[in-house]
Amino acid sequence: MSALREKTRIIDQDGIRRALTRIAHEIIERNKGTDNLVLIGIRRRGVPLARRLAEKIKEIEGSQVPVGVLDITLYRDDLSTLGYQPVVRQTEVNFSIEGKKVVLVDDVLYTGRTTRAAMDAIMDLGRPRNIQLAALIDRGHRELPIRADYVGKNVPTARLELVEVLLVEIDSVDEVVIMEKT
Amino acid sequence: MYKHKDLMELKELTADEINFLLDTAVPMKEVISRPIKKVPTLRGRTVVNLFYENSTRTRSSFEVAAKYLSADCINISSAASSVAKGESLYDTARTLQSLGADVIVVRHPMSGAPHLLAQVVKAAVINAGDGTHEHPTQTLLDLFTVREHRGEIAGLTVTIVGDILHSRVARSGIWGFTKLGAEVRVCGPPTLMPPGLAQTGARVFYRLEEALVGADVVMMLRIQKERQQQGLFPGLREYSRLFGLNRERLALAKPDALVLHPGPLNRGVEIAHDIADGPAAVIEEQVTNGVAVRMALLYLLTGGGAHSEADY
Repeated sequence: MSALREKTRIIDQDGIRRALTRIAHEIIERNKGTDNLVLIGIRRRGVPLARRLAEKIKEIEGSQVPVGVLDITLYRDDLSTLGYQPVVRQTEVNFSIEGKKVVLVDDVLYTGRTTRAAMDAIMDLGRPRNIQLAALIDRGHRELPIRADYVGKNVPTARLELVEVLLVEIDSVDEVVIMEKT
Repeated sequence: MYKHKDLMELKELTADEINFLLDTAVPMKEVISRPIKKVPTLRGRTVVNLFYENSTRTRSSFEVAAKYLSADCINISSAASSVAKGESLYDTARTLQSLGADVIVVRHPMSGAPHLLAQVVKAAVINAGDGTHEHPTQTLLDLFTVREHRGEIAGLTVTIVGDILHSRVARSGIWGFTKLGAEVRVCGPPTLMPPGLAQTGARVFYRLEEALVGADVVMMLRIQKERQQQGLFPGLREYSRLFGLNRERLALAKPDALVLHPGPLNRGVEIAHDIADGPAAVIEEQVTNGVAVRMALLYLLTGGGAHSEADY
């Protein structure tokens, strides 16, 4: 297994906070308020990001937006080729998404396959009015016709690089780094 | 982590492996609770139910579990197959292998038959009950049900009552609950008690009242009427009088004790009507949880078994 080396730190704590504040404003503006709006974080790091966005939306608009948790493992398209079964965790969407405007929240948008899996998972839970996508980082290299509606930062990367989003809730630090295979 | 190719018995599993199976069943239960109970996970995989003994709930539970995960499921019962023409287990297994089975779920009246099968096929083999050996998925669903109610198995007292000698449910139950840290008591007529139970860590009781005192979980086993013809107990009425669970006896257990039964029930024999339908009984939950546990197992056995947090 090749080792990973930290190449650059591209966003720090303040950068993440500012990006999320801007995305929160954009979500409210685009949806003309928070009526019928729900946020669904994709495990793992989309979950704390969705919770933070809900906090910010509450600060701005004064209304609490429901936050759900989605585990997309059962919807992956590579299960038969992986040779192992990844750990399945629980999906917790304790509200109806019927007719709702669903904002999917993920940390890094890369091939688009996670988003495809998440959309299929959402559809199995009900029929939302629409699905939007928010990602803290868009690193390019899409393999499917998918784009984000809200992006914290576009980061051009090489395929050999790895973008790691670290969040206080999970990693005890807020930052985004690019790792390089050595 | 679950690294075995098959599931044969709980005796060979570690507490960590059992807990990992149970943890994986939690998200599966969420899938069952949805209006649309279907995920695409095992699309294109084939699960074969190979049953050499009658079964309603175990067979349909595996079938439903496979279908909720989008696997294709084939049911073969011995009466309606080449087995009735005298085909050996070995040849049947090779045929299923050639048909492309990914998982073979087998129930057989001979202890050890699933082991034989597992050695000759590449497919994952699940023991759905073999002779008087083990019935591991039954115990996994029992453990899952108790864990949902109590949070933890460790420290609980579990009393298993009935025909311990012939019961694969009892044997798997003793291993499973003991490995997760419960104290297991077994109780039944001396003629239906196997020798050597002390080695498993289970304590043997011959009086139900003593076995029930302070129990957190009471597991009643089905008494099979043909054992009476073998002279192992005098009659159903006497069995019921000595070993049947009724309200007075259940009162000896903890106030919040759970009553489990693997089914099918002999109402009025090993369990009174008002107990089977009462608040302590979790028999219907056991059936639902059986599907979740079997989904988890099918999922884990169709991969290499290892797991990773790898990015996607």
